[in-house]
Amino acid sequence: MTRMAEFEIHELAAPYALDALDSEDRWTYERHLDTCDLCREEVAALREIATNLSYGVEGKEPPADLRARIVAAAREEPRSATVLPMRQRRWMLPATAAAAAAAACAAVGLGLWANTLRDAPTRVVAMEGGGSLIVSGNQATLVACVKAPPAGKTYEAWVIENGVTRPAALFAGGCQHVVLDKPVQSGTSVTVTLEAAGGVEAPTGIALMSADV
Amino acid sequence: MSDRAMGLSSAVGLERPDDSGKRSDEQILEAVGRGDDDALGVLYDRFGRVAYGLAYRILRDQSLAEDAVQEAFLAVWRSADAYKRERAKPSTWILTVVHRRSVDLVRREERRRGEPLEAAPEPTSGPADEDASLRDQRVAVQAALSELPGDQRQALELAYYGGLTQSQLAERLGVPLGTIKIRMFAGLGRLRELLATKV
Repeated sequence: MTRMAEFEIHELAAPYALDALDSEDRWTYERHLDTCDLCREEVAALREIATNLSYGVEGKEPPADLRARIVAAAREEPRSATVLPMRQRRWMLPATAAAAAAAACAAVGLGLWANTLRDAPTRVVAMEGGGSLIVSGNQATLVACVKAPPAGKTYEAWVIENGVTRPAALFAGGCQHVVLDKPVQSGTSVTVTLEAAGGVEAPTGIALMSADV
Repeated sequence: MSDRAMGLSSAVGLERPDDSGKRSDEQILEAVGRGDDDALGVLYDRFGRVAYGLAYRILRDQSLAEDAVQEAFLAVWRSADAYKRERAKPSTWILTVVHRRSVDLVRREERRRGEPLEAAPEPTSGPADEDASLRDQRVAVQAALSELPGDQRQALELAYYGGLTQSQLAERLGVPLGTIKIRMFAGLGRLRELLATKV
């Protein structure tokens, strides 16, 4: 996986969707989610997939009285007093959040990404080499965090269809959300190469990231 | 196409089959958001079993699993009013809350005890009276998992069922963190494709 090291891609969406970040990384990533619509969309789609794993567990019968205990506990709870204003909740420090009701915070935090889901089906395609493609209809957006390119260079995304390779976007380093300006469909491939600044008409570099739509 | 098949295909989602004539999950969640505690019971009837199975798989302890499920449903109770205007499937939202609570609890317990929780014996099959659609969903997900490349399956299972962080995974498997992230991304992407064919 030398390409990963070369790129230093800090892609946390999949580990976040699997709850595989430690508390610091989770908090940092959620602050990023607060400001990144596309990342919330990506996480929502990945969560959707990950949640299927819940159904893969061999059934274990819950205790018969658990339902009654939950409903009784809910009845005793003064709901309005436990719900903090959203703004306040979103910016609580991790320690404070933990000291408050961690599960409640999680529920609302997850609601933040949930509200970005739209009716149009959105797919997330993991790219080999790192990053991912968010595909909605025939439009694709590349999401990746990449190291700044060397001086005089740029990242260039390509859409390959029926053996024809066409330039689809230029982008620089950092966490990027790059809308490809060529449509994609089933059978299309997307790759990223490093090219001369300003972009070129046909790829010359090796594929750093690639995915089949 | 059967209800079950529709549920499978609509999801990559293994959404629970819609009971025609009954309220939708969204309607139940809206009622919960209005403070209807009977609706919370209905929500538990629909998702409690999957939630408890998941929590038990992660926590490997009956009492901790009960705590996780109870806390998660109370979290849903507290915040359902904020959720009701949103578009994610209730099943995804609820099970995500259950999963996160379970993972947080298992990490806290293992820190406190200074060692991993004991592995629980794996039942060889679901309960005798397991709902047929739940059984079908379980079979479909397990089949999809079994078709994943081994390293991707391992990353997803250790993270999702084992509660391991990406750093713990990298250390345990002796591979770079970046490799773990790639396996997670690729595994989820492939899982989606595989589940889409299980209809």
